[in-house]
Amino acid sequence: MEKNITLSVKDLKKVIGRRVIIKGLTFDLREGEVFGFLGPNGAGKTTTIRMLVGLIKPTSGSIHICGYNIEEDFQGALKNLGCIVENPELYPYLSGYNNLLHFARMLEGVGEERIKEVTELVGLTERIHDKVKTYSLGMRQRLGIAQALLGNPKVLILDEPTNGLDPAGIREMREFIRFLAEHEGLSVLVSSHLLSEIQLLCDRVAIIVKGTIIRTDTVENLLSNREKMVWRLEPLEKGKQILSLVTRIEEKDDGTIWTEFNKQQTPEWNKRLVEEGVSVIEMKCKMPVLEDLFLELTGGDSIE
Amino acid sequence: MNKLIQNEMLKLMAKKRLVVIALIIGVLVILFTYAQYKQVQTQREKLGTSDWRTMVQQQIVDTTNRLSSSRLSDEWKKQLQITLQQQQYYLDHDINPAEPGAPTFMRIFLENSIDLFIPLMVMVIASDLVSSEHSLGTVKLLLTRPVKRWKVLLSKYITLCLAVSLIIAIAGILSYVISGIVFGYKGFGTPILTGFNVTDEGLNTSQVKLLSLWKFLLMDFGLVWFVAIVVGTLSFMLSVLIRSTAAGMGVMLAALISGAILNNMVSSWESAKYFFMVNLRLTDYMKGMAPPIKGMDLSFSMGVLLVWWAAALMVSFIVFTKKDVY
Repeated sequence: MEKNITLSVKDLKKVIGRRVIIKGLTFDLREGEVFGFLGPNGAGKTTTIRMLVGLIKPTSGSIHICGYNIEEDFQGALKNLGCIVENPELYPYLSGYNNLLHFARMLEGVGEERIKEVTELVGLTERIHDKVKTYSLGMRQRLGIAQALLGNPKVLILDEPTNGLDPAGIREMREFIRFLAEHEGLSVLVSSHLLSEIQLLCDRVAIIVKGTIIRTDTVENLLSNREKMVWRLEPLEKGKQILSLVTRIEEKDDGTIWTEFNKQQTPEWNKRLVEEGVSVIEMKCKMPVLEDLFLELTGGDSIE
Repeated sequence: MNKLIQNEMLKLMAKKRLVVIALIIGVLVILFTYAQYKQVQTQREKLGTSDWRTMVQQQIVDTTNRLSSSRLSDEWKKQLQITLQQQQYYLDHDINPAEPGAPTFMRIFLENSIDLFIPLMVMVIASDLVSSEHSLGTVKLLLTRPVKRWKVLLSKYITLCLAVSLIIAIAGILSYVISGIVFGYKGFGTPILTGFNVTDEGLNTSQVKLLSLWKFLLMDFGLVWFVAIVVGTLSFMLSVLIRSTAAGMGVMLAALISGAILNNMVSSWESAKYFFMVNLRLTDYMKGMAPPIKGMDLSFSMGVLLVWWAAALMVSFIVFTKKDVY
């Protein structure tokens, strides 16, 4: 059974001056899934997100959040939405608690109880009464999430949530987002320009280039058959010879050989290499880089 | 709505702007009190008497002397003549125009701060109410709540009005308390003349009446408050239109200062009277001073200010509710 659709976007367009920035986007978010919004900088990710949260008025098209049209029933729609647009910019001269109190007052039926809850959820209880200007970036990010969760939203929109975080922070954020989707049933929309991040975090991905979605699919479908196999062989010449008999090979400057990755055949190739007396020093599976993926999907159209 | 106003108050207090403003007012009041005290002293020394009648008489002689100078411009001459008539009236009716005391100081302080000082203080608060949300980026959080945009702006505007009232209350209280240490706290019942009408023929005293100083002060406070609200609303509009607080402040400051300068030189440029900044000295009408441009009177100035106020408020709300936020 299909899960409930929480966010539905239809034919969304934005024209600024004479430039068409967003050229008709259509996609849906379902309950409990993490949806990735992948595109290079300047593709229109942030503009789209700003339209989703009501900061920018779409030129045409519709946005429904939990069934409420954002333009007709702004309050109804925004009640079900939590968001961080770009960096979590909070009031630096207020304490974390006062920041949360400030935003809780703008929501109906959110009291101190809930503030305490979200504070614990993001693990800020100890520092919550300190001024935000004394917080580290990671703490601000967490306070931003706490703020977004205050109103028990059904949809969470995060614009580049791991921007500026250290590796530990990125990992922590990733686990937290997965937790929210899997255990709290939230729909999370995450934008990023990093393929690796989207791959680890998301269930489905929309790839957006120049204001158009060129592909929406699950992560597996999108990335399988695009992985490459990297081999380091000794002796190189002999290994090359053997591999070129079974598949198309590509020799790189650093002495590695790249072939396609194929679940069934790759072990076979390995076996054959070993049998022929070639030692396999290293064999690893490598993700295509974003640019390659774009090139492939857009058929060589440059991404600016 | 109440909660939104609480929010704005929370932010205003956390920024400690009001404390800074109170400090500035306090320091200035101390300065002015000392200056006033010095002035009274030198006047006494010069005249060798502390009798105010002699002082007023001396002033009349001074004014007459200046009037006889042939190099005076017509406007200036007219102004002096009006002052002369007024001084004569005080003398004839045995009323001390500058009865020393904290209430009188308060009156003088208010009258002198209405066109620049109080607006400046109001500006400090008004000019960053909206633009600071933009520069901090918090506007993105503020406008993605399930609250209509006009409500957010209205809560900010109401907060501004409260802050303006507070600033004026602070100015009143500080000027009374501090100057009272030197001049004494009595004098609320002092009669004061008002109702002078400046007409083409000169000073019309037919409607002049005596008012207790406290009633006069109440009217002064009302006028100062009105001017402060109008100036506050204009800075508020700039704060909505211009994202940079500094630029908004600069524009407003330039307007206020140009008003002070224009006041002295626009007597022949009649349409300048529709600028808001030449209409700020409302309290002058109460004292019967000649207006900077012919045809201006209290109701005219208030009307002009009211139109500017309404326009600024309208622009603020329309722009704020329609604007795309990047």
